[in-house]
Amino acid sequence: MIRVEDLVTHYGERRILNHVNLDFPAGETMVILGGSGTGKSTLLRHIIRLERPTSGKILFKNQDICPMSEEQFNQIRRKIGMLFQGAALFNSMSIEENVALPLRELTQLEDSTIRIMTRIKLDLVGLNGFENYMPSQLSGGMKKRAGLARALAMDPEILLFDEPSAGLDPITAAGIDSLILKLKLAFRMTIIVVTHELASAFMIADRMTVMDRGEVIATGTPEEIRHNQQPRVLQFMNRIPDGEQVDAQKYLRSLTEN
Amino acid sequence: MTGVLAFLGRNTLGFLRYVSGLYDLSAKAAYWAFVAPFKGRPVKWGNAIHQMVLAGVDSIPIVSTISLFLGIVLGLQGAYQLAKFGATYFVTALVGVSMTRELGPLMTAIIIAGRSGSAFAAELGTMKVSEEIDALEAMGLDSVRYLVVPKYLAMLVMMPCLTLISDLSGILGGTAFEMAQLDKTFAMCLSATRDALVMRDITTGLIKSMVFGLIITKIGCYEGFSVKGGAEGVGTATTSSVVISIFLIILADVIFTAIFYFTG
Repeated sequence: MIRVEDLVTHYGERRILNHVNLDFPAGETMVILGGSGTGKSTLLRHIIRLERPTSGKILFKNQDICPMSEEQFNQIRRKIGMLFQGAALFNSMSIEENVALPLRELTQLEDSTIRIMTRIKLDLVGLNGFENYMPSQLSGGMKKRAGLARALAMDPEILLFDEPSAGLDPITAAGIDSLILKLKLAFRMTIIVVTHELASAFMIADRMTVMDRGEVIATGTPEEIRHNQQPRVLQFMNRIPDGEQVDAQKYLRSLTEN
Repeated sequence: MTGVLAFLGRNTLGFLRYVSGLYDLSAKAAYWAFVAPFKGRPVKWGNAIHQMVLAGVDSIPIVSTISLFLGIVLGLQGAYQLAKFGATYFVTALVGVSMTRELGPLMTAIIIAGRSGSAFAAELGTMKVSEEIDALEAMGLDSVRYLVVPKYLAMLVMMPCLTLISDLSGILGGTAFEMAQLDKTFAMCLSATRDALVMRDITTGLIKSMVFGLIITKIGCYEGFSVKGGAEGVGTATTSSVVISIFLIILADVIFTAIFYFTG
């Protein structure tokens, strides 16, 4: 469904993704794991083309999306739904208006049909009865659910999740995980989840990828990743902090430089 | 010396980047406002009307009040000088022409830059920081079309309207002063204003007001889209949008006043 080939990207001078190669077959749930700052969310943003790479290709059904015009890629975006880390709900609109927005703007459906479809999506995520609530009136977990309902509005083929459990308590996070599982089993969507929560990852993944410092260091089934012996993968899986490496000269320079 | 050159170089590049970004935003907004409707992608008039109410209708009280006071001040200062020449008759013309040609559009623009320009920057900056703009783009909806074009259209329509209200309020303020202090009647002031003003006085003011409106929207929206770094970034963008807008408004005023002066 999606293939990333030799992707390199920079923020200014700093290289963020370093020759990343990944496959995301149709109907599979891929969890991308890694510590903070390893480039996981950046990779996701490149797949939805919110950012452009320095070099490399991203193929959607064998079509390279990088050279496409905005208009062309917007047609592909309709098949992709994304849940952002903070849900990114539009604060000036009610939940129902948030979920209905893509349907109103991208389809010719009647208002009454849109209202029904919106309520179906909200019911799917367990927010039936909250249609007229504003985002500011919702808890963190409810915002994520509303964001997910909006991502599902256009019945996408692909769902992207950027740290779906971030900022949530374990019970609410487990609720989001079971929602993802429900969607996976019911709709057989291609799902890509970026997270650093191991428990969530092993619960939902068909395949996993571990990233470190902008590179893919391991990819495979959850069992293969669990038994991977690479030092950085072991360190991540076993929650071992980075050791302190003292460079005396560097430390002294940092104290005395302007 | 190297430090000075580096400073100049950095700031020049920064300035050019800013101008280039402004140009991109303006080109996109112009496309969605004036070209896309003819290609079956109509303007979101609902959003535009909502912005007209927020930026225009809701500004009427503050614009009219400040302009009223401005008219009184003009009358006072004009009478103070013209009394030395026994020419207080011309206070009415002074107030009328000054308001319509200059102070009406300028004062309205400065008020709206502070009120609406900062609101545009804050709204878009907050949306940028909370990834709402990314969410819009990720759905395949163009953020300039949905967020910027309604504001552009609102300002193009409402700035001339507010300027007219400002002109009227200023003239009324001057009239109130003249009736109180210079023993004139309302009918005398009205007649003198009508004799003093030509259509060009009003139209030049309205043309300026539309240009000022475009400046306020462009800078406010661009600053909002450029926000980085959370709440502090939003605050910085809001302040910058007001300061830069006011500077460019005054600069545009100089240019347009010179053009209108030299073209008679």
